[in-house]
Amino acid sequence: MYERIREKLGILADAAKYDVSCSSSGSNRKNENKGIGDAEGTGICHTYTEDGRCVSLLKILLTNHCIYDCAFCVSRRSNDIKRAAFTVDEVVELTMNFYRRNYIEGLFLSSGIFKDADYTMERLVCIVKKLRQEERFNGYIHLKTIPGASDELLREAGLFADRMSINLEMPTETGLKLLAPEKSHAEVKKPLKYIQNSITQFENEKALIKSVPRFVPAGQSTQIVVGATPETDKEIMHTAHAFYQNFSLKRVYYSGYIPISNDSRLPVIGSQPPLIRENRLYQADWLMRFYGFKVQEILNDVHPNLEADVDPKLSWALRNLDQFPVDINTADYYMILRVPGIGVASALKIVQARKFNRLYESHLRKLGIAFRKARHFIRYADSPMQLKEFEAGHIKGLILSESKSKYQKNPDNQLSIF
Amino acid sequence: MELYIFDGSLEGLLTAVFECYRRKSAIVKLVTEDRHVPDVFDSGYHVVSDREKGKRVWKGLCAKLGKDWQLRFYKTYLSEQPEAFQHLLNFARYIIDQPAGASENFAHSDVLAVSQTAQKVHREKHRMEAFVRFQKTGDGIYYAHIEPDFDVLPLLPEHFQNRYADQRWIIYDLKRKYGLYYDLEKTEEIELDEAPQMSIINALPSNLLDPKEELFTLLWQDYFKNTNIKARKNIRLHVRHVPRRYWKYLSEKQG
Repeated sequence: MYERIREKLGILADAAKYDVSCSSSGSNRKNENKGIGDAEGTGICHTYTEDGRCVSLLKILLTNHCIYDCAFCVSRRSNDIKRAAFTVDEVVELTMNFYRRNYIEGLFLSSGIFKDADYTMERLVCIVKKLRQEERFNGYIHLKTIPGASDELLREAGLFADRMSINLEMPTETGLKLLAPEKSHAEVKKPLKYIQNSITQFENEKALIKSVPRFVPAGQSTQIVVGATPETDKEIMHTAHAFYQNFSLKRVYYSGYIPISNDSRLPVIGSQPPLIRENRLYQADWLMRFYGFKVQEILNDVHPNLEADVDPKLSWALRNLDQFPVDINTADYYMILRVPGIGVASALKIVQARKFNRLYESHLRKLGIAFRKARHFIRYADSPMQLKEFEAGHIKGLILSESKSKYQKNPDNQLSIF
Repeated sequence: MELYIFDGSLEGLLTAVFECYRRKSAIVKLVTEDRHVPDVFDSGYHVVSDREKGKRVWKGLCAKLGKDWQLRFYKTYLSEQPEAFQHLLNFARYIIDQPAGASENFAHSDVLAVSQTAQKVHREKHRMEAFVRFQKTGDGIYYAHIEPDFDVLPLLPEHFQNRYADQRWIIYDLKRKYGLYYDLEKTEEIELDEAPQMSIINALPSNLLDPKEELFTLLWQDYFKNTNIKARKNIRLHVRHVPRRYWKYLSEKQG
């Protein structure tokens, strides 16, 4: 008995690990029924895997049986691997017992497709319903939408889940058609749109009637696989941007492709996943969502790819030296946010502190900014006199020579894939 | 400069602030009794903790500090660090002397120090919320112990109470020898006469545990292994997120 459940968990956790979404925040589900769990506040990472990724949810597939044959997926029909499927009760019991021991914030449930979309989706719904209604579980539940499932099932799932998501997989339709001829972006857009509209509808009703139930309170997200197909960073980020705009997504995740098959359409097994590129994409995503950058400022036809050796914010600054130096004591908040080496928290502190006194180098160093990086782009009360303006290449050289970046040793091995 | 010696309590610290004004002391160096080394030339002034005086100072501070800063003050106190006590005394005097809003002056060294220390304590509190691993005992209580860098136990009840409303639990601080016990109604501070003996590093002896406890520990360890992607191995990042000093309390690190 022990051995069978351990084997299943092994197989179905292993198969789910390529889904990188890990967030457990942004919901508003309070423990109001003296039940168990509380998904109201910020999420918690309970541990980290040895690859450095956060473990916040029990992330598993219901089954890795699948009728589809997508080249990039471990669970594809033609792959010769061990198959398994959980029962509804097994998933419920695992979730509850892991949660009670403070191992996890909740459940991330995805699935291969058993027979058809609805048959599979029905089982997922059955699990969330049981957790919420019978176990009085208020922890976080992220449910993967099964492409092609009916609106009724989507709606029911949305009443119990905190977040729903459906993966775009490849950044462009062409890329997707190449690797998964049976799938299309249109098939992803339809449920995303349906859930988005339902969220709005529930919110509008809530304004009128207090007792309206919650519907996907933590919103929707999606995932894009990076480096399996030859899209540029520009194509990837512009797709992400369009999806943020059109479907009000909470997050787009970027997953550096890890070769798992000998398919000639894909990078060969053993080639390094594009980790730096993935990291740069997340940084660019951050600039878009929290720093007020427009996607065209970061990536455009002249500059279609992010650089490996410098982060996108520094890269933008070096290309726009005419906007600098920024005077820390007078510049507006958004311009301070654009200085390389200054983050949201320190930008806020700067704006607060300068109401009391002019800020000097000694203040800035203590406030927690990356001064060595920022100093090339700012003026402050005791800035050294500068006779000539440095040019971009020179500044970049200075910053790189002073930094201990882990990327410096091998800056090229990533971009050369294309 | 005058030397003030206090008993290390929050009440004592607030009383010390009161005494600075009553005695019109310009510059005060604050030290706890257990760290004070008596000196022939400077015997120092012994602050006698006083509830009323403490309250008056706290009320004065609250009038000028928002809820977030009141909490920061408390968190910085819980850091148990000698230099933090000094910063709190200076900070309190600065706030009292200035018009409301002075707490936003992050260029002021005591404001910055209080804010940064509070942030450290907050991080440790958050880590405890993440890294506590309960074990279900034979009598149905979920038990965990911790050894946080700072005394964060007083910051934890609300979080765990909201979350585990339908199970009884104990979180015990081995270093400071007291714990929290939630009995389905309320959370209370407790002291165990004898903290349970550990068989292996983070486990209660099996005779105290629920029969299924071993299975769930195993399943959790399996899960931890299987969710790792070997091609992306990055131990440096792993250790940055889960510093080694916490490993002995994490069941997934024992497998």
